[in-house]
Amino acid sequence: MKREAAPRSVPSRGSSVMPPGFSPVGLRFENIDKRYGGLLALRRVSLAVAPGECVVVAGRNGSGKTTLLRIAAKLVRPSSGTLNFANTSGEIEPGAVRPGFIAHATMVYDELTAEENLSLFARLLGVPQAQKRVEVLLHDVGLWDRRASLVRTFSRGMRQRVAIARALLHEPSVLLLDEPATGLDPQGVAWLAQQIRQLRDSGRTILMSLHGESEISSLGTRAVRLDAGSIAADTRAGASFRSILTFADA
Amino acid sequence: MSLVSNTGALLGKELRTEFRSRELLTTTVVFILIVIVLFSFTFDPTSDESRRFAPGLLWLAFLFAASLMLQPCFLREQQNDTLSALRLSVRDPFAIFLAKLTANTLFLLLTELFLLPFFSIMYNLPVVRVLHWLVLVFFLASLGISIAGTALSAISAQARMRELLLPLLMLPLLTPILVASTEVTKSLFDRSPYVQWKGIGFLAVFDLVFLTALWLFGEYLLEE
Repeated sequence: MKREAAPRSVPSRGSSVMPPGFSPVGLRFENIDKRYGGLLALRRVSLAVAPGECVVVAGRNGSGKTTLLRIAAKLVRPSSGTLNFANTSGEIEPGAVRPGFIAHATMVYDELTAEENLSLFARLLGVPQAQKRVEVLLHDVGLWDRRASLVRTFSRGMRQRVAIARALLHEPSVLLLDEPATGLDPQGVAWLAQQIRQLRDSGRTILMSLHGESEISSLGTRAVRLDAGSIAADTRAGASFRSILTFADA
Repeated sequence: MSLVSNTGALLGKELRTEFRSRELLTTTVVFILIVIVLFSFTFDPTSDESRRFAPGLLWLAFLFAASLMLQPCFLREQQNDTLSALRLSVRDPFAIFLAKLTANTLFLLLTELFLLPFFSIMYNLPVVRVLHWLVLVFFLASLGISIAGTALSAISAQARMRELLLPLLMLPLLTPILVASTEVTKSLFDRSPYVQWKGIGFLAVFDLVFLTALWLFGEYLLEE
């Protein structure tokens, strides 16, 4: 029986501190269409996310949430339409923004240890003082005692914590979370909610897809609902948070 | 600079994961060894016969083994969607290819050099005198196989029927390498060995052309 070290519940040193020169970044999707063969996954999606906003994207399975987040991460090229990033001083080169992305899959290597995974991605991302940063994050996600264990020996929840640490390595100004609580137990969800709260309060822009109401969805400052690839409701347009998350008026 | 450092980090990952599991090396060594032993016992060739057909047999075995080795190259990155994590992390996507093709070349070269003594004994062909030339041919051919194979592995990993697609695309494309390296190896196993520069030049040009193409267009192969 593996024992999971509890993630820290004290304020994190790894994610809440605003790095020097940090400037919140906003996103603007304009008339985004995404077609996979004959399937139109997104149709004319226009959405402006202000710098520092925490937006919950809700919607049924297949509504286009993951596609929208993968376009925001620049992993998927839209069939038409544009995605722009901007901070308070104007538009930024898309290449200059490297969002932190947490997806359905853990996006870490099973055959490497937790520490090796984070060190690898820290090197790729050019994180200054990489080793120190990795150590801080391993403490933060409660995996310090298991840092030398191969990820394939971890439970789903522990893998998700490695995935979260990987996404936070370079202290990204934009965070894209695709159902980030997948596989986490209630304690893990509470810890994740606290992490997201700190990230939101530090001015990071967060776009996260969620199913239903939860401790994490309550952190959103705005919610939009996708329905069959289009934006069907937005709290900015007067819809209530609850109706969006529960599909009450869908 | 970031290309070199990213490639170094990724190459370290490739080597570490392979030497930890030894999945690819074991499969290819066993496959080639079976082919070498099987044909040696089946035909029981004389020295002259070996000089004529053993180089072709050797390269055919290397090529099929390479297709086994290259198949999981990008498939493994899909298991946990680590390819997306790499794409989000590297400044230049060419680093992903460079690391993979360097690792594949090293693995192929290691396998070939490990099996060369067995081949020499089973087919009664002296290799010591021409070893440095053989190493050069092995290197150039392995590099060519790895460059083209890594690119095709990236394409096939995103397709349906991916297990079938890689050999289907790879084997015809690599036929020129197979022919050139067989001809050069044959000239080195001759009674009076000589270096077939035309073949070596062809292998070098093949490597250069495909590496340039991968550098220019590799990024598009990684897109979803």
